[in-house]
Amino acid sequence: MITIDSLTKRYGAFTAVDEVSFTAQPGRVTGFLGPNGAGKSTTMRVMVGLTEPTSGHVHVLGRPFAALPNPGREVGVLLDASAQHAGRTGREILTIAARTMGLPKGRVADMLQRVSLTEEESGRRVRNYSLGMRQRLGIATALLGDPEVLILDEPANGLDPAGIRWMRDLLREFADQGGTVLLSSHLLHEIEVIADDIIVIGNGRIVAGGTKQELLASTGTLARAADAATLARALEVAGIVTSVADGAVFADADLPTVGRTAFAAGIALTELRTADGAGLEEMFLELTAESQRDAHVHTEGTAA
Amino acid sequence: MSTATITPAPVAPATQRPARAIPAPIPFTRILGVELRKMFDTRSGFWLMASIVITSAVATVLTVLLSDREDLTFDSFAAAVGSPMSIILPIVGVLAVTSEWSQRTALTTFTLVPSRGRVIGAKLVNTLAIGAVSMVIALGVGALGNLVTSAITGNAAVWDIPVWQFSQIVLANEMGMLFGFALGLLFRSSPAGIVGYFVWALVLPGISEALASAQQWWLDNNAWFDVNGTRFLLFDSTLTGQEWTQLGVTAVIWILLPLLVGLRLVMRSEVK
Repeated sequence: MITIDSLTKRYGAFTAVDEVSFTAQPGRVTGFLGPNGAGKSTTMRVMVGLTEPTSGHVHVLGRPFAALPNPGREVGVLLDASAQHAGRTGREILTIAARTMGLPKGRVADMLQRVSLTEEESGRRVRNYSLGMRQRLGIATALLGDPEVLILDEPANGLDPAGIRWMRDLLREFADQGGTVLLSSHLLHEIEVIADDIIVIGNGRIVAGGTKQELLASTGTLARAADAATLARALEVAGIVTSVADGAVFADADLPTVGRTAFAAGIALTELRTADGAGLEEMFLELTAESQRDAHVHTEGTAA
Repeated sequence: MSTATITPAPVAPATQRPARAIPAPIPFTRILGVELRKMFDTRSGFWLMASIVITSAVATVLTVLLSDREDLTFDSFAAAVGSPMSIILPIVGVLAVTSEWSQRTALTTFTLVPSRGRVIGAKLVNTLAIGAVSMVIALGVGALGNLVTSAITGNAAVWDIPVWQFSQIVLANEMGMLFGFALGLLFRSSPAGIVGYFVWALVLPGISEALASAQQWWLDNNAWFDVNGTRFLLFDSTLTGQEWTQLGVTAVIWILLPLLVGLRLVMRSEVK
């Protein structure tokens, strides 16, 4: 469990993190989504005590990070997979961390296996690692102490699609066992695939948050029938706000409601799905528009 | 846009982890061991340490080969071995701190041990220990050279470095390391720290000398401010009470003060 309470970080006149509050729950994967420079990394650095906040506080497992007696045993952290001594081998980096945490020797080999780094790869110096391998090593470091909480900054960066899938499964399993996962990304797709809860940050402020279902639901449903106008009328009668475009009806309601309403009205639907043409992406772009560098680029007819 | 604070509705976790025991705090000895390992486990670190032994050996061999062997005493070897030490050891001091920043390992180090003071303290203890051990190694290599020389010339080896002098030489070198360490804390950058050290050790004495020749007051009083002047006395003289005081005063100005300022910076600085 991570609790962030009115966290603010200012650099001179610039406010990097502005009154951010949210909670990452145990048993859930919380996605921290925002464009580059939105304040994700700063927030995460404050969480683990690397940056002093201007005001507000963060509690991890009920206490400030710095008060954890042996943080690696309770909180796994990966902030930047490239922030390692290029001249150390992967195995050595894990060994140092394991020794600091006071873990038995065999733990390093277990973790290397867990993140699919081979014996040969673990003996290579990190300067010869691909970004994907560094991420795996970083995740191994985070998991090393068998923590209850994971804090991962852009962990999917540099992973190939198979790697992203692997990480998704790994984090899923971790959360299903009651662990808390907070991961950040500037890529909506990654978050959409991995997270249960989503916090969207833009310009240092939280602009949206909730379960993935809630956020997806708010983007509505797309339905088609032989006669779009009839379908739209039936939905309006049921009190659902609709709009018709391209022969499709966009309804501001979830899938079962639209389906049931159409069924009750005796209308055969030819298509029923979330309006994912826009989906979270539209929301993400919309919500973070003011903090986007390319704010002037209007995303019309976005295909996800 | 409002500064709405949003918390996802708490959802009961699928499975609650069994409550876990709070782990024991990390003992300082463990940090000490890990930090020591980190000084040796990279090629650059290893060779920096190895260079202490290598340069001692090279300096000793050159002394035996190139000097007038009849005049060689233990002191000649100590001087020959001492000059590379006085350069390498402060660099060890600088890099002990700055490698965390230049390689950005500080990110991991300080998340595993949030108390930065303990990490820096461990580095400091290790640095001073390495300084002392290096000096003993250097002395041993020099002694070997002295024995070899006496075997070649047939003269009895002259052991003219008493314990007090050796202790003073160790102290002088430890002071150099401490200053390097302080520069590391101040700059948190390897090149800046190393350049800073050479400016301090090679450029400042010249400036002080020039100043002394131009200004009477500085000539009379520089011993209270010029740490190199007092520190160099440690290598070959018995210090008077006043000189010890001057050494203490200059050490406070040049070593303790930068150390404290650097420590404060490190404690407060943002680790990126």
